[in-house]
Amino acid sequence: MSKTYTLSVLVENKPGVLARISGLFARRGYNIESLAVGPTERPELSRITLQVGVSDQLVLEQITKQLNKLVEVLKIVELEDSAVRRELMLIKLKADPATRSQIIEIVQLFRGKTVDVHNESLVVEATGSPDKLAALLEMLKPYGVRELVQSGLVALARGSKSLTERPKNDRLRAVAR
Amino acid sequence: MAEQSPKTLTGAQALVESLERVGVEVVFGIPGGAILPAYDPLGQSKLVRHILVRHEQGAAHAAEGYAMTTGRVGVCMATSGPGATNLVTGIADAYMDSVPIVAITGQVASASIGTDAFQEADIRGITFPVTKHSFLVTRAEDIPTAIKQAFHIARTGRPGPVLVDIAKDALANEAPFEWPGDLDLPGYRPVLHPHIKQIREAARLISESRRPVLYVGGGVVKAQASEQLTELAHIAEIPVVTTLMARGAFPDSDPLHMGMPGMHGRVAAVGALQRSDLLITLGARFDDRVTGKLATFAPNAKVIHADVDPAEIGKNRAVDVPIVGDVKEVLTELIEIMRGADLPDFGPWTTYLSSLRDKYDRIEYEPTKDGLLSPEWVIKRLGEVAGDCFYASGVGQHQMWAAHLLPFEKPGRWLNSGGAGTMGYCVPAAMGGKVGRPEEVVWGIDGDGCFQMTNQELVTCALNDIPIKIAVINNQSLGMVRQWQTLFYGERYSNTNLESLRVPDFPKLAEAMGAVGLRAETPEEVEDALAQAMEINDRPVVVEFVCHKDAMVWPMVAAGTSNDDIKIAKDMAPDWEDEIL
Repeated sequence: MSKTYTLSVLVENKPGVLARISGLFARRGYNIESLAVGPTERPELSRITLQVGVSDQLVLEQITKQLNKLVEVLKIVELEDSAVRRELMLIKLKADPATRSQIIEIVQLFRGKTVDVHNESLVVEATGSPDKLAALLEMLKPYGVRELVQSGLVALARGSKSLTERPKNDRLRAVAR
Repeated sequence: MAEQSPKTLTGAQALVESLERVGVEVVFGIPGGAILPAYDPLGQSKLVRHILVRHEQGAAHAAEGYAMTTGRVGVCMATSGPGATNLVTGIADAYMDSVPIVAITGQVASASIGTDAFQEADIRGITFPVTKHSFLVTRAEDIPTAIKQAFHIARTGRPGPVLVDIAKDALANEAPFEWPGDLDLPGYRPVLHPHIKQIREAARLISESRRPVLYVGGGVVKAQASEQLTELAHIAEIPVVTTLMARGAFPDSDPLHMGMPGMHGRVAAVGALQRSDLLITLGARFDDRVTGKLATFAPNAKVIHADVDPAEIGKNRAVDVPIVGDVKEVLTELIEIMRGADLPDFGPWTTYLSSLRDKYDRIEYEPTKDGLLSPEWVIKRLGEVAGDCFYASGVGQHQMWAAHLLPFEKPGRWLNSGGAGTMGYCVPAAMGGKVGRPEEVVWGIDGDGCFQMTNQELVTCALNDIPIKIAVINNQSLGMVRQWQTLFYGERYSNTNLESLRVPDFPKLAEAMGAVGLRAETPEEVEDALAQAMEINDRPVVVEFVCHKDAMVWPMVAAGTSNDDIKIAKDMAPDWEDEIL
């Protein structure tokens, strides 16, 4: 049975890094379930949040080790279940004057927002855990989903520790000529 | 070194200056449009010799051969598009066998990248899966750093190929030349020093074992750790097996050596792994060609696995004691602990394996009765005549016979394509090897199929004073494939007959390329041809040995079966005589 793990990967912000990572997953037969990439508070670094579905812990270990071999990968952390996880979802729904207020009520229950209104449609923005967004979608489906777009999952560990603390490179200097 | 105010150089000049600074002696390559600016200063360099090859694949394999015989980083160079893609086979080969090479390719001008320009290929993208790292350089000022980093990455940690793709305008433009001091590679920190706790744990397992075996891979050759290996083996009198990539890491003449394990391994070597209770794995990676069916590989053995690449540890086989580090350091520390240790007597175990070796692995090959030469006998004779020299081989039956029958006493003298299994490796790798060690004899053992893939590099050898010796074991067929057809496809020889008894005429082909061409068809002619070939040192020599086509490589573990089902000949299994253990 496959279990999903969340990896936070800190990489150098250089062209081609994402291709290296996605290529590694493809050629070694690992399955990416969700992917989100973006800059960090340090412009030279990007952070990739990956969700991978693997059959056992050994495969996850291999993924981590293979990722670590990429020169532009600085750090990899497997986030615990307690980490803060969020996805963003935009949903375009069929909505006429009769259903509009019902929809808005549901969206407010889920602390979502209505970001575009039209005679026959509404665009809803919602963020949250994958479970919450799935529940929202279930509620909205009866009104007619015209279009849906969803971001990859982004996640941060709880507590004060930071993944982007400057990596030590003393040892590198020792081996470099 | 304190720099004066930086001099302004073109990117091409900066490239050559950088190559000189990292100590490059030789580059194998072919110029073309996009790389052309680099060839101008390269032609004027007093420190870097460029050898003009006849095909870029030859340049890449030659760089590998050079790296294997010198322990330095090999360098190949090609232009954009097809020049670069022709390097790919050699780069992939270097990746599989952890050979440190740097491939430098020209790329179309940066403004044209992505437009399907003439001779454009995304060589960095194409080689992502088969390089340790790669660079695309589009600015002249970035060239020195890319070159310094490329060489550092190629040779440190687990060695491997690094590609530096340089846009034509980056070569042509000028920039102040600044040689980088520290390398800014925060994500590249190979672990070389093993954890002492793990070493102690390994020593404990060894002292508790009864049937330990040193399972030695190519990493021991790369780490130049043969001396330490020999010392450790003899401190505890532990038997040794050397994989295809490790032939020479431990002397064949040592009584503790049980030979090469694997699909075509020796019975004693395969038996040593299968019946072991402790694998001391050094710089090896549990390749499928060694393990056979993984689930039944060394079923009763605990595993110590030392490798500089943490990703190899636990990849194929669960490990009891993982040790990340340079295998030379691992061995040195292990020796330190083992030296004074109270060790069990592994005598009965070694005696058992030696008896298997004496019974099954001391095969005498006689010339065949049907008039054609026995390929095994030819290779064995060649080894006896040439002795302790450098050997390269192609891929197939002749490679397996060479691995078993040539005398391997010293490390780094066996050049072959293990992981990738690249037919055509032999001639260019022998060429590169000879360039690295011009004072040494370099013999290539090639097949008639392999030879026809890359023999044009003999022209390069003839014109550049690279007198290699090539034995073409001509059995007129793709012998290994034919062997499988014999065993598994009902003797239906689909497309394995090369009909190469006289077409091509190998000696004439050799002569046409500026080499000496010889042919041997009888045992007497073999002796004469070998003696003659050994005398010729001013030109390359090709000796064709006309062999019969039905010789098969034994022993053999059929693909996907257990090592326990090894056959010493068709339908013949060894008698393990386990009860004496």
